[in-house]
Amino acid sequence: MRFTRRDLMGTAAAALAATALPLGRARAQTPTLKIGVLTDLSGPYKDLGGPVSTACAQLAAADFGVAGKGFNVEIVQADHQNKPDVGAEVARKWFDQDGVDVVMDVPNSGVSLAIAGIAKEKNKIFLADGPATSNLTGAKCNANTIHWVYDTWMLAHSTGGALVKSGGDSWYFITADYEFGKALQRDTTGFVTAAGGKVVGASQYPFPGTTDFSSYLLQAQASGAKVVGLANAGLDTINSIKQAKEFGITQTLAGLLVFIADVHALGLETAGGLVISETFYWDLNERTRAFSDRLWAKVPNKRATMDQAGVYASTLHYLKAAADLGIDKAKASGADVVARMKAMPTDDDAFGKGIIREDGRKIHPCYLFQVKKPSESKGPWDYYNLLATVPAEEAFRPLKDGGCPLVKA
Amino acid sequence: MIMIFGKPLMLLYGQLTLGLINGSFYALLSLGLAVIFGLLNIINFAHGALFMLGAFVTWGLLQYLGIGYWAALVIAPLVLGVFGVVLERFLIRRLYGLDHLYGLLLTFGCALVIEGLMRNNFGSSGVPYAIPSALQGPLNLGFMVLPRYRAWVVLAAAAMCLVTWLLIERTRLGATLRAATENAPLVQAFGVNVPRLITLTYGAGCALAAFAGVLAAPMNSVNPNMGSNLIIVVFATVVIGGMGSILGSIITGFGLGIIEGITKVYYPEGSATVVFVVMVIVLLLRPAGLFGKAA
Repeated sequence: MRFTRRDLMGTAAAALAATALPLGRARAQTPTLKIGVLTDLSGPYKDLGGPVSTACAQLAAADFGVAGKGFNVEIVQADHQNKPDVGAEVARKWFDQDGVDVVMDVPNSGVSLAIAGIAKEKNKIFLADGPATSNLTGAKCNANTIHWVYDTWMLAHSTGGALVKSGGDSWYFITADYEFGKALQRDTTGFVTAAGGKVVGASQYPFPGTTDFSSYLLQAQASGAKVVGLANAGLDTINSIKQAKEFGITQTLAGLLVFIADVHALGLETAGGLVISETFYWDLNERTRAFSDRLWAKVPNKRATMDQAGVYASTLHYLKAAADLGIDKAKASGADVVARMKAMPTDDDAFGKGIIREDGRKIHPCYLFQVKKPSESKGPWDYYNLLATVPAEEAFRPLKDGGCPLVKA
Repeated sequence: MIMIFGKPLMLLYGQLTLGLINGSFYALLSLGLAVIFGLLNIINFAHGALFMLGAFVTWGLLQYLGIGYWAALVIAPLVLGVFGVVLERFLIRRLYGLDHLYGLLLTFGCALVIEGLMRNNFGSSGVPYAIPSALQGPLNLGFMVLPRYRAWVVLAAAAMCLVTWLLIERTRLGATLRAATENAPLVQAFGVNVPRLITLTYGAGCALAAFAGVLAAPMNSVNPNMGSNLIIVVFATVVIGGMGSILGSIITGFGLGIIEGITKVYYPEGSATVVFVVMVIVLLLRPAGLFGKAA
């Protein structure tokens, strides 16, 4: 008998199946919670979330201590490429075929709205750490989604409010032309006009793919506005700030969403003096330093952004709630887990104690920082001076104003 | 203040200047493409990747060998030129008898592999490259502050375009090249080594892409996606200018940069698409492109 290649492959497949089966059965005895970190692994937001987000989820699982609790935790990651269709495809495959229970991170507002819809449809969970749009807890809220770290309302309220108070009463926006940029411009405009200021113009540039902001900066300059509001994030913000310096723009630059990774990339020489809002900074207190040192041991020479810290905190709280609810129930219904997460107060090293509101908004304080000048910085990653703390109750949009259908009037 | 359609004239001057800067890159890259297409009939999709490699070689020269910007302006195109020659000899040459599509697929595949490898090694945020000290600082033009380096980019690109055009249109070598484009077997019959001519032309096209890469390195960060962001617009430039037309590529490149700049003032959301709108209109009215010869 001649042994063909097809025979060989058939035999190999059978052998594989034979060895795989018992393993599969053994695994079925210990249930596994599967966490999917859906993030930007190749684009402008990679350094805000990216592989460090996954490391943060792993750190949370380790800190939680799975051993002896009767279940396993498995963490997978994928790239959403900043495209809602790509992100949605990954999430569907994860939920339908790979047995993923919760999708995390998603630093891109456009992608996040798609994922929130899918999580609801499949009764799974979406813990939104990366995206900014306040619509996630507004008109688009649902019982399977929690918005963890920050949102456009909070940023506009804190950074926008502070700049208007110090005399910046006319604004020009440079806005990423998609869900996030538009939401951020809308929310900031609300605060500027409410305080008696005015918006004199805006340039909405194509996203992603824009690296040259000189044209929009010149228009902002010509508009005569006192403040140039950057309604963008990540690499786009970095390029905007750098080019503003090159082209001699002298107006106040308002980085409405700046992460510590951006400051690190810009350097204090360029970023020094910027006023920004964050909900996490590694050097805030004993607990944030302890968390940051544990992460440093895993990912050397990096300090977490608030997004990445959010992945840590939300993973930890998810595991606590799932264990509390019972693993079988937790795997059966995402909405039940989210309800349990809302019922339990949160407590972690990155954000301290907090709560999750019925509209899915995680509540914690917001900090207004000023980026240090090079002379003020005492060492690597020593970047921020704390200007003000907005208490948790005031940091986010009041429950009644969001228009979330989950909130009973 | 003088206003044009509700925008101050000063602002428009500024935008035209910025348009020229972007146009420089469109012109340089489409020039290389046109040269390659003219002689090889290959639609070189690897052009964006070569542009990106040019920037990375510039960065690598400084990082690992301490060789600065001015030397890189010569060395990087040479390195990528040799790379192009190797690529042509061992891969592209095998496809000459076949349909255009095969060349397109091969070079597109090469581009994906090269970009993937670079992304794997350097991440997507890229690496910074400082502006050479002689070109740092602003230049006050009265209507705008122009970074000195960007002014240099426009001048260098225009000079390189002129040199290439003169070489092809006004020298004996250029005449041979053009003759080979028209009728290769006949030129070969006159004793010209056409295969070698083709190889060297491909190398020269690649060197042009690398030259643009060196110019681009200090402007934004040097990153693996910088070529793929640009290449589609550059293809549109070649199509609008007329496939294979040298002068067409140069003029269209600068022209599209300016049109894009003006769009950014009046309707910024459309700035990524305006080039393609122009392409559709041109193809409807003049299917062979603005400077192309009808087949």
